[in-house]
Amino acid sequence: MTPAAHAVAADDRGDIASPLSPLSVATDDISTARDWLMMLKPRVMTLVVYSGLAGLLVAPGHIHWVVATAAIICIAVAAGASGAINMWYDRDIDAIMRRTQKRPIPAGRIAPDEALAYGIVLAVTSVLVMGLATNWVAAALLAGSIAFYVFIYTMWLKRRTPQNIVIGGAAGAFPPLIGWAAVTGDVTLMPWLLFGMIFLWTPPHFWALSLFAHADYERAGVPMLPVVSGAKETRRQVMLYTVALVPFTLLPWLLGYTGLIYGISAAVLGLGFLYSSWRCLNDKQDEAGVSLTKDAPAKSTFKYSIYYLFVLFGALVVDWLVMAV
Amino acid sequence: MTELPHLTLAESQALAKKRRGRNIAMLIALVSLCVLFYALAVVKLAGKMGTPG
Repeated sequence: MTPAAHAVAADDRGDIASPLSPLSVATDDISTARDWLMMLKPRVMTLVVYSGLAGLLVAPGHIHWVVATAAIICIAVAAGASGAINMWYDRDIDAIMRRTQKRPIPAGRIAPDEALAYGIVLAVTSVLVMGLATNWVAAALLAGSIAFYVFIYTMWLKRRTPQNIVIGGAAGAFPPLIGWAAVTGDVTLMPWLLFGMIFLWTPPHFWALSLFAHADYERAGVPMLPVVSGAKETRRQVMLYTVALVPFTLLPWLLGYTGLIYGISAAVLGLGFLYSSWRCLNDKQDEAGVSLTKDAPAKSTFKYSIYYLFVLFGALVVDWLVMAV
Repeated sequence: MTELPHLTLAESQALAKKRRGRNIAMLIALVSLCVLFYALAVVKLAGKMGTPG
């Protein structure tokens, strides 16, 4: 090793530069800022922030924009904290699954105990700031959503039952409820309807994905529906949950909470989702249910489900803006 | 005692770059948190000042 290299590294640690001092490269020296960001699952965070913001906007009452921004940041950070704790707990199966092998913990760039500490600190901070900035009802719901995702979904259900997504999906359905509570300080029927929409949307969304990505789960021993009950049953379940979801999304309009813009949007988007799930159900398959089209309909259902939720909540906000004018 | 690894100049520079990146990210996070707390305090105080009694 050259003396210059010693000087750079020793200076970096604040040590006295000496050509003889050896360098210690701990795991935390390997991680980058991007790794710590990736621990927060930013893609999942997008949906959480979006639905939380929708809940906050359509809630009756006034909230200062600074407080609203703090609430949204808290929702985002709490979701990220849950993701970090999830990555800590699932590090064994993440190392097996191809999709997750490059995550910072299985790749050895972040030490597991540091990831856990990171998740806990962010979770506690987000709940406290939410309580101080808005109200303790929103903070309690935020704490509940973290606990649900970590204890109920990650630690209890995920590795035990193929219904993991159904019940665990509730954790992802909390944000509009929290956004609403941040404004009003209570929880009425409308935010529960928003909760129910995401709750019913999660199974067809995730099972459509698992139809063409179940090999990873199989390898890791995670009992996803296609692994336990087969592709045929999974397609049937995707269809059933879509049939339950579509009329449910019309309830806010039928009960008078929203206007025609939302009602028509929900109906049109729902018909599209039903058609997509129907195509998925009737995918060309062999007797065992294995797709002969490389799961093309399942892939398109998965993609559609993402646009569906974004546009549906977008329509809800536009409807609210129009009604407010 | 474990033998500690020796780094080349290039490795040391890469390590320094990673640390700098992490430090900048930490700085941004802390400054943002301070700004948020300050703004929240101003909004809350302004709200209380407007409340009679």
